[in-house]
Amino acid sequence: MSVDKATVERIAKLARIRIEDHRLAPLAGELNQILGWVEQLSAVDTDQVKPMTSVVDHALYWRDDVIADGSKRDEILANAPAAEFGFFAVPKVIE
Amino acid sequence: MTELTDLSIAEARDKLAARECSAQELTMASLKAMDEARSLNIFITETPERALAMAESADASLKAGTHSPMTGIPVAVKDLFCTKGVRTTAGSRILDPFIPTYESTVTANLWQAGAVMLGKVNMDEFAMGSSNETSYYGSVINPWRAGDVQTVPGGSSGGSVAAVAARISPCATGTDTGGSIRQPAAFTGTVGLKPTYGRCSRFGMVAFASSLDQAGPIARSVRDCAIMLGAMAGYDQKDSTCVNTPVPDYEAALSGDIRGLKIGIPREYRVDGMSSEIDAMWQKAMDWLKDAGAEIVEISLPHTHFALPTYYIVAPAEASSNLARYDGVRYGFRAALEAGDGLTELYEKTRAEGFGDEVKRRILMGTYVLSAGYYDAYYLKAQKLRTLIADDFAHAWQKVDAILTPTAPSAAFAFGSKPDPLAMYMNDVFTVPASLAGLPGISIPAALSADGLPLGLQLLGRAFDEATVLKIADVMEKAAAFTARPADWWRKGA
Repeated sequence: MSVDKATVERIAKLARIRIEDHRLAPLAGELNQILGWVEQLSAVDTDQVKPMTSVVDHALYWRDDVIADGSKRDEILANAPAAEFGFFAVPKVIE
Repeated sequence: MTELTDLSIAEARDKLAARECSAQELTMASLKAMDEARSLNIFITETPERALAMAESADASLKAGTHSPMTGIPVAVKDLFCTKGVRTTAGSRILDPFIPTYESTVTANLWQAGAVMLGKVNMDEFAMGSSNETSYYGSVINPWRAGDVQTVPGGSSGGSVAAVAARISPCATGTDTGGSIRQPAAFTGTVGLKPTYGRCSRFGMVAFASSLDQAGPIARSVRDCAIMLGAMAGYDQKDSTCVNTPVPDYEAALSGDIRGLKIGIPREYRVDGMSSEIDAMWQKAMDWLKDAGAEIVEISLPHTHFALPTYYIVAPAEASSNLARYDGVRYGFRAALEAGDGLTELYEKTRAEGFGDEVKRRILMGTYVLSAGYYDAYYLKAQKLRTLIADDFAHAWQKVDAILTPTAPSAAFAFGSKPDPLAMYMNDVFTVPASLAGLPGISIPAALSADGLPLGLQLLGRAFDEATVLKIADVMEKAAAFTARPADWWRKGA
């Protein structure tokens, strides 16, 4: 499997990172180098192997379903690049 | 007379308890050392006023007799831990500015124990790097030089280890995802411990790869790591993967008696290109252990070779998901927009300008391996390999109590000497397998290279058995008698 410019453009779109046109080909090269290297994993037969879901052998804990936190609107907005009227502010999205 | 900045945690604790020095004196000595070492670019944010206030209250609790072993001990905090009211950057532009309104559990535990925060230290951007060259705030310079050649401190906890090696603080917090505590500790002649996944809470630690990230102590001795880990660790409801199991007295575990313990030597760790001096150090360490009454056992961890490629699927996949939160809306950096730009442009420009090259590369890699049609071939395959790698260790624990390896395949290298990402990733070849298996590991300095740079040994243990790892490391540390320290060339007027 190899990545071309169009694929880099597509995953950059998925990742919401703008990539300049002149960077697409070099990035495709870098990703192909890494993908070519991880390709060695296909040599291992894993048909009977279960994928790891948790690295430590313990069940998740139960806890009471109670409100333990909240009412922190101003703290939550404190680091926003733009906030108005108690909300996050973003560019206009509706014409 | 010993300078206050030369004291270990254990020595400082005893002097504080005996009223031979005050926490304020200790802190002032550290702040002076911090000031003199600015050229090393260790601190992103210095907090001297907070440090002095914390030292004052430490002195009060020492006087009142309500102190603990970490009371009054200066700590450098990796800038990946959220600190309430103190800027937290993760070494990235995208968190500029970000001032947390809450405290990470690990740092809260340290302050609860009376430790003193000196400031926030530099690191690879989002902990993605092995040389500290990816930080938006510039590289940290290793206090250790090869002759006149400056070297990297390792990464990603480069500022943490440099602060300890330069004797600014006796200890620092680090985080380790694939080797980010152990490899930089090896590069700077310091001791760094990555605990078992689940031993320390991840709450308030900026996330990189959530199934791997773990906080741990960095100090100048095994005993100090034992003391510091005791204050950092513990169950926390705010992290569902933090395990509710008792935290033993790690310092009490340092009995010096390792007779009858079996230490595994994995044959797969003899990799091509490893220097003969590292191999010689490894051999010597086996002799130290035998002399102390332990038994050396050759073992096999057959999937070792696949650990790095597995890691470079799992970690970027988790990173691409975790770093989706940086949207330019809720916190941190927002790119300047042009007329007519909408939400999509806001996201795309903010993330393009806010993330550095290595972070972007990993987000794209992670997005690709998780994307429709590729998930099974890459991510699912990697998670299966991870099972096999963990099984290798599980088999080994039937035969041995700990595993001894070198920490890194080389000593610290020069800036810019590894421009190829894959060459950089190879630095973590010995540390990544235990990360994938969630196991505890420590790096201790054991020898100097021909260039006069420190080399580290790594000791791995069973899950939640940090006590045995520390006990064996303590014995090796005494045998190694590593007393070398960097010449303080960075000090003004020195």
